[in-house]
Parts: sequence; structure tokens; C-alpha cells
Amino acid sequence: MTEKELKEIVFTELKKIAPECDPDDVDPDENIREALDIDSYSFLQLIIALSDSTGVDIVEADYEKVFTLEGMLRYLSARID
Amino acid sequence: MKISPIEKNPAALAVTPHLLDYENTCAGFTWESVRSELSGLPEGKGLNIAHEAVDRHAAGPLREHVAIRCLGQNGRSVDLTYGGMKERSNRFANLLRSLGVAKGERVFCLSGRIAALYTTFFGTLKNCSVFCPLFSAFGPEPIFQRLERGNAKVLVTTERQYRKKVASLLERLPELRYVLLIDLEYDLNERVLSLPRLMADSSGIFTIPPTDPEDMAILHFTSGTTGMPKGAVHVHNAVHTHFITGRYVLDLHPDDIFWCTADPGWVTGTSYGIIAPLLHGVTSIVDEMDFDAERWYRILQEQRVTVWYTAPTAIRMLMRAPLEQRQRFDLKKLRLVHSVGEPLNPEAVLWGERVLGLPIHDNWWQTETGGIMIANYAAMDIRPGSMGRPLPGIEAAIVTRTDSDTVQPEGDEVQGELALRRGWPSMFRAYLHDDARYSKCFVGEWYLTGDLARRDRDGYYWFIGRGDDIIKTAGHMVGPFEVESCLMEHPAVAEAGVIGKPEPVIGEIVKVFVVLKPGFSASEELRLELIGFGRTKLGSAVAPKELAFIDNLPKTRSGKIMRRLLKARELGLPEGDTSTLEGGESL
Repeated sequence: MTEKELKEIVFTELKKIAPECDPDDVDPDENIREALDIDSYSFLQLIIALSDSTGVDIVEADYEKVFTLEGMLRYLSARID
Repeated sequence: MKISPIEKNPAALAVTPHLLDYENTCAGFTWESVRSELSGLPEGKGLNIAHEAVDRHAAGPLREHVAIRCLGQNGRSVDLTYGGMKERSNRFANLLRSLGVAKGERVFCLSGRIAALYTTFFGTLKNCSVFCPLFSAFGPEPIFQRLERGNAKVLVTTERQYRKKVASLLERLPELRYVLLIDLEYDLNERVLSLPRLMADSSGIFTIPPTDPEDMAILHFTSGTTGMPKGAVHVHNAVHTHFITGRYVLDLHPDDIFWCTADPGWVTGTSYGIIAPLLHGVTSIVDEMDFDAERWYRILQEQRVTVWYTAPTAIRMLMRAPLEQRQRFDLKKLRLVHSVGEPLNPEAVLWGERVLGLPIHDNWWQTETGGIMIANYAAMDIRPGSMGRPLPGIEAAIVTRTDSDTVQPEGDEVQGELALRRGWPSMFRAYLHDDARYSKCFVGEWYLTGDLARRDRDGYYWFIGRGDDIIKTAGHMVGPFEVESCLMEHPAVAEAGVIGKPEPVIGEIVKVFVVLKPGFSASEELRLELIGFGRTKLGSAVAPKELAFIDNLPKTRSGKIMRRLLKARELGLPEGDTSTLEGGESL
């Protein structure tokens, strides 16, 4: 999977939870929960959806690593088959 | 399955609990005796929460003791000592005075859990103004409703919140004189000012004016079934309840490190995230970040938290995490865990015992009660699933309404409405500008809570359900009417009906059923647009997370949406009494 494809997957899932947002406007280093007004419950839904669509198991202890867009993309691309 | 009680042996506890003999303490309890443990303003000038929580400690040996430790992102933290809190809240009080903000006028705060919120809180009370918190995940509509209904004179917020949600509202808020921005070094204009600049220009010396214990101190908005949110008014006298629950329920001792995870946008976050721990002179931990299992375990370990007050949603999220994660952390300092927000399921109480090594103590109260009313106590056996027994000084009952002026108190093991005998110090004194709704909460000597419950033969209370349509999501109340009204502003929506759909982690999620206007048809695109519309207007704390299209909403003959029926259908449950349904038959 290319970086672009991965980014597309992440953006698609983000738009399902926060359809009003434009992920392109988010600073890659910003906490997406704060930037896009995503609460703990929806963040969990996002993690589950991303695990399903990428096949990468994001374990609880690593959630802090995926709070930013950049962190999320780095985490997923390092583990994707 | 019957779950055995969790037995307690107070002698084996690391710290001897304050409340050892429940029956005798209840029998001998008076609120006057609590008053004698408070200082009162010097020279008999009344009672002010800020003096009791901050200034009296700042004048003594606790001056350099950390009152509040604010943990931020990336390991940053800010310590506010009792002395520092006094000085900074004095500055804020002087600042309000210089802006002409008078006694009784409302100062709102819209921010995350950052240090400025806490100095704003105490500074406002010192000026005898009224503090009103706004949850930071509210969108512009809930913010506007509350600022307007609460006659806000000042709003303290961050630049980001201001630009995103408030700037567009200013024209509709003529009563709002100033917006103070926490993180801007210069004034934006004559109405939007820099808080740091004003703080720097203000004196750190302030004398709290005479404060009547019945003066309004805090305004908390809470959702109702019908109509817009109601502003529950609390007075300085409430500090009696905060103090005694800090002792008997939270069981605070001088060396404790206390962590209340609630946001001050909700009543738990002010009564117990700000006031109660400081009344007892302990250190209170505040975390700016939202829930994250790893982070929370790390805070418990690194901050050496001893008493922890959290919520079922968080506990159930921790329950999902693997045991291995918990085992990497040393929680030996932790000695007492409490929970509030919604009933804690028995499995969660037992999980606490198994995984944290401590059972979780559930308790019950509401925005209107101002403080914990029914609780499980450190030295008392826990019946998992029960909210516990009434606080000493509180008389609870299960009642049935017989007519509009009378209620019938019921005996043990009878289901009815949970009621409290009126007159405790932190009882709400009004719904702002709404006397009729306030009166409706009381019948004779009883405050009717709207919660259905029963009492067992040993005096433990058990929650059964809400008597109305209010939604409890992640521990927060959401009024269906507020959500329906907002969605109906969208051009495609003819009608909307909102319910709380049961969800195992957060209790309920807000789900909306939408009837479209002619000319619009249901599609995934429109569904997402409406979800986004709700989020933009209401914010994530209130907006529906699920949306379904429906041809028509079930209504009574008088045109009221039958949310109960919508919910029964959603859950595939029997529809119950539908005799008042429009058309007179089940659809």
C-alpha cells in the first residue's frame, strides 16, 4: 500500500466520524481528537475501523502514538503488510 | 445471578476511614457541626467557597502545598500552590472589579482543563460573581443557549474556542460585555481582551467582600426532557456538602493525592474536581488530556494517586484493555476508587477488585443536588450494582406520586421515584428564570429526582431507570429536545426524534430519527451531511452519533413525539401502552 492510499483510508474513516471536517486542514502534528472534536468513544470507533481496513492491530498501549495524523500514518505504514 | 456483597474490614485498611460507624454518625449528625469546621470569612462577614477552599489554607502551613497540579500534553505540568492560587484568584477578582462586573453577575468559562480555569473559578467567587462552566466539546448552539439564558457578562475562553465557536455569536449576545482570551497577549478589540495582560495589570491583594451564605455562587446548566437546558443555581452554603462528602465519601486525609477525572463543564468537575479536595487541603490532580488507558495508568502511578474519583465510561474502557497493560504499572499508592455519572454495573465493581486490587465505590447525585447524596463508603460493605446508602444528614425515600400535591413514601423493596427531603445545604435554589419548572421538582417536603429506584431491606438503594426521556451518554445528560430543535434547522429535515440507544461502553449514544421534507430523499451522503451538521452546531458532546431516516414519527394525539416508542422499536421491545398514540393504534 502506498503512503497516498493509506492516507486516503485514514481520511475516509475520519470523514465517517466527523463528516464536516477537512482532514487536509489539520496540522499533521496536532492532536486529532482536539482538532476535529472527536471524543473518546468516537476515537475508539476510529481505531477499530482503521484496524479493520488496514489489518493493523492498534493495541491500547499504543493509542498515544496515533493521536496525530503524522503519528497515525507512521504507525500504520510501519506495520502494514 | 446473585452477586455476594464485598465485605470490608476497616482495621485492615492502610488508612482508617473517617466514617466508621454509619448508623451512629447518621443519628448524631447535624449540619451545624459541619459549619463549625469551616472558617467563615474574617470578622463574621459570611461564608465564601473561595475562602474555605483557598485563602484559609494559604494563610497557614499549607501555603506552599500544591493545591492543583495541571498535567498537560507532552509531559508538561503546572503546579498551583494554595498561596499561588490565592494570589492568582485575587488578581482575577480585581480584574473583574475593574471591568465593572458586579456581585451576582455571571462569568462563564469555556476551556479545557487548564490552570486558568481554576483561577477564574475562585476569582469569580471572590468577587461574589457567579461562575458558570461550559463544556469545551459544546458546539456554538449549546454555548449560545447557555450564555444567553445565563445573562453572561464575561466569557473566559481560549483563542481557538473563540474563533471557532464564539466570534459568530457576539452580535446575538448584547448582554455579554467582555470576552477574555486566556492565550492571547494583546487585546483583539474593545470587547475581546487579553487575559494575561489584564492579569499582569491587576493586584494580587484582594479582600473578599461580605458574602451571604445564600448568595448565588455557581450556575450549572443541565438538560431537561422538554425545552432548552435549565440553569441550576447553587449558593455558597453548598460548601457544607462539599466538605462533608469530601470527608465521609471521598475519605480525604491530609497526605492524599486526589484525582477527579470529571471535566468542570459538568457538576462533578466543579464540586469534586475543584472544591472538595481543596477544602480538605489535599493535592488535586487535573489532566488536560482526554481518556487514554496508558496515560491514565501512568498518571495513577507517577502522581502516586491515593484516592481516585472517575466514571463508568472510563472504567468500562479500561476493562477492554488487556490485563498486561495494567500489570506494567505500580498502583500500590491507590487506596480508594469512586465512580459516578451513571450506575456502575456489578461486573465493573468486581473488575476493580480483581484488576486494580480495589473494589469501586459507586455513588449517586445530580446537578440539582450539588453534591454526593447516596454513596458506598470505604468502611461499609459494597453490594455491587447498588448506589449505596444516603449520606449522613440526607434523608432519602422511595415515593409514588398520588396527585400533584402529595406523594406516598413506600417501604422496602418497592419500585418508585427516588426523593430527597428538601433543605440540605447544596440543594439547588432555583432554575434561573424558571420558577415554574423549579416548583414542579418539589412535592411537599420532597425533592423528586426523576430517577426510579428501590431500597432493599438493609437500606441500600438500587437504580432502576430514568422516569423521562433524558439521555445519559458518557455520563453526561443530553436533552432530546435540544438536539431535535437543532437538526430541524437543516433545510432537508421536516422532523426529528431523538433517543438514547443503549451502548455497553458509554451507557447510551444519541440516536436521531429524521423525517425528510418533500423533495429530499434518504441517502448515505445526506446521512453524513446531517451528522456533520449536528456536530458543527452542537459539538461532539451533544450531537447524534447515529442517524436513521424514518417515514413518520410516532406521536401522541396532542402532537408530542413518543420517544419511548421510538426507543422500544429500536430495541425490538414491546411497545407498551400506545393508547395515546396519534391514530390510536400501533404503527
